[in-house]
Amino acid sequence: MAVLTIRDALNQALREEIIRDENVFIMGEEVAEYDGAYKVTRGLWKEFGDKRVVDTPITELGFAAVGVGAAMAGLRPVIEFMTFNFSILAADQIINHAAKMRYMSGGQFKVPIVFRGPNGSAYQVSSQHSQALEAFYANFPGLKVVMPSTPADAKGLLKSAIRDDNPVVFLEQERMYGIKGEVPEDDDFTIPLGVADVKREGTDCTIVARSMTVPLAMQAAEQMQKDFGVSVEVVDPRTIKPLDIDTIVASVKKTNRLIVVEESHAFASVGAEISHQVAEHAFDYLDAPVKRISCAEAPMPYAKNLEELALPDVPKIIAAIKEVCYL
Amino acid sequence: MRFYHYPFSKNHFCTIRCISLIILDRQSDNFYSNCGAEDLILPKTATRQTTETPKNSTNGAAAKTVSNTKNNSGLTDKVNRKEAQTENVSRKKSQTNSIKRIEPALLKEMLYQMVLGRYFEQKCAEVYRIGKIGGFCHLYIGQEAVAIGTMMAIREDDLVITAYRDHVQAMVKGIPPEEVMAELYGKAGGNVGGKGGSMHMFDAARGFFGGHGIVGGQIGVGTGMAYAQKYKGTDGVTLCFFGEAAVNQGMFHESLNMAALWKLPCIYICENNQYGMGTSQTRAMSISSVAKKAEAYGIANEFVDGMDVLAVREATERAIERARKDSLPTLLEIRCYRFMGHSMSDPGKYRTSDEIKKYQERDPIVLFRESLTDAKIISDKDYSEIEARAKVAVEKALKFADESPLPDEKELFTDVYA
Repeated sequence: MAVLTIRDALNQALREEIIRDENVFIMGEEVAEYDGAYKVTRGLWKEFGDKRVVDTPITELGFAAVGVGAAMAGLRPVIEFMTFNFSILAADQIINHAAKMRYMSGGQFKVPIVFRGPNGSAYQVSSQHSQALEAFYANFPGLKVVMPSTPADAKGLLKSAIRDDNPVVFLEQERMYGIKGEVPEDDDFTIPLGVADVKREGTDCTIVARSMTVPLAMQAAEQMQKDFGVSVEVVDPRTIKPLDIDTIVASVKKTNRLIVVEESHAFASVGAEISHQVAEHAFDYLDAPVKRISCAEAPMPYAKNLEELALPDVPKIIAAIKEVCYL
Repeated sequence: MRFYHYPFSKNHFCTIRCISLIILDRQSDNFYSNCGAEDLILPKTATRQTTETPKNSTNGAAAKTVSNTKNNSGLTDKVNRKEAQTENVSRKKSQTNSIKRIEPALLKEMLYQMVLGRYFEQKCAEVYRIGKIGGFCHLYIGQEAVAIGTMMAIREDDLVITAYRDHVQAMVKGIPPEEVMAELYGKAGGNVGGKGGSMHMFDAARGFFGGHGIVGGQIGVGTGMAYAQKYKGTDGVTLCFFGEAAVNQGMFHESLNMAALWKLPCIYICENNQYGMGTSQTRAMSISSVAKKAEAYGIANEFVDGMDVLAVREATERAIERARKDSLPTLLEIRCYRFMGHSMSDPGKYRTSDEIKKYQERDPIVLFRESLTDAKIISDKDYSEIEARAKVAVEKALKFADESPLPDEKELFTDVYA
């Protein structure tokens, strides 16, 4: 297995899918000549040219719509948002058009399209550039929502997303593009959507984490093992919709404690949904109230100290583990 | 309160007298003037302004405006009643010339489709009133020349997308009236099994891409359909319909920019019926020429009389050639008028009955019928037969819709994901 960054794993997935299927093309701002704002599409325009890697004007609503129309007419567009904050401009196309087309057409049309790009916070980019939008998109039937946390997951899930016949919102994380890990080299390596991964096995407490909060949860788990001998299980759903609640419930039934760590705001979040579903399916197994660690209920500030305060971190997770384990 | 209005009846809409219309003079876009109740905003026959994009232009910036009109002074919308009568005469003359170039069988079929669309929509209004159709229901009465003039000029493999006033477009693309009516009834036999209703007709096999309810949303989707046609190397074209109110959405401008930039075979058809719901175009659009906006993007454009089905057809043919041969977009502003309210729940207090009546005097079906009669393509008997055929088709549709079962309850959860 090769060791790759998440950035390069995504790049490899895109490259392999462009080669595999002539209907796959990438479209977005700066994806071609500039090599991508975050270099995820590095080298692809040089290799495949204007037809397969398409620079757009800054016109998110417009090029998202072009993607939807092209997907309805038989292509498989991968639409890059430079960051998902800008996808809000295109939300009408993602929510009102892509998500509903199959249903409204009585199953006649499919919209095989991937909307991808970084979601969540970066480094001191303030309020309009630091939003985690998974709960927003996951609320709408018709969309799938994917959030990888490792290079292998990033590659395998992106390939599945591109091959999927549904619109997929594929949420990356800017802080994570440089994270390295082993990635299978097989051209046909895919990870099915809707299957969670237990990133660390444990017996005393379950943490459900996704995207950026997975490495934080892993660090906190190691720390708790070392300092207190507490065995923490870390479950990464990887796909937010459809959600693999079975794996989460099975873990909670084993550990009897649940903490959800997320980068989005807490109100009406994915964490709220998970905690509801666990209450529904494993209420009698819980030995402590479900804890959530989320982004502070305020727009993201610029100042470094305030930004750090707003986001989940290892000490906050450790404090939560101690709380649910009554330590 | 629901308001019902039948296009051939005399008494409709409460009369609001002495409303002055603020008209934007097309000759000078920043000049506004008031005109009295006798004046109308009317499209003029043979008034057509075209901007051609040079074929070898890389960015369309060198687009030049050419004029197809003999009467170049006629770019104004202001037409008084007397002028309107002169207009009708000159329009008939122009139709007579066009008729010679088209197969009689096709002309008859065009007339039939217009009459079918009219009867179908009239019946919709009727059955809506007795609760057979629910939700929103936007009728096409008065605008028939647009759908028939444009869509009967394309090939079967060409694609069409439109907004929510979509019943007639759906039928012209080949969806049987039974399926459209059953969809309106929310029945299993409907075009999309009862999931879409009035606003969401679709037919993947026939290239009908919907039926969309968000004003302007479909303009970008249509642009993407044309993008796919070009990507695949076909010579297919996309007809992308929208109302003039959608022109004020960002999507219109984003789409035209991309279509020009990437040279997409998309024909943008603005059905300018002059009202976005109850807001007249002059109250909503700073520069009233929609066609002219294409020039900002170097896109060929025409201002077309939407009461004249043959003028619409000819403009569409020019646009099709541009799209098919040179993969270039066109914007057609087709000026028309809806004889009914925006939807079935529209009380229609924003227009005078006088205004509506005067447009009805220019009814596209009446005009086309008279032209075909004058040219001896049809006799009165032929027209009666066309009417009878349309009535039978609509009655059959109503019967089918009535008898079709409701969707099975399990359908609530089908087609959510592929």
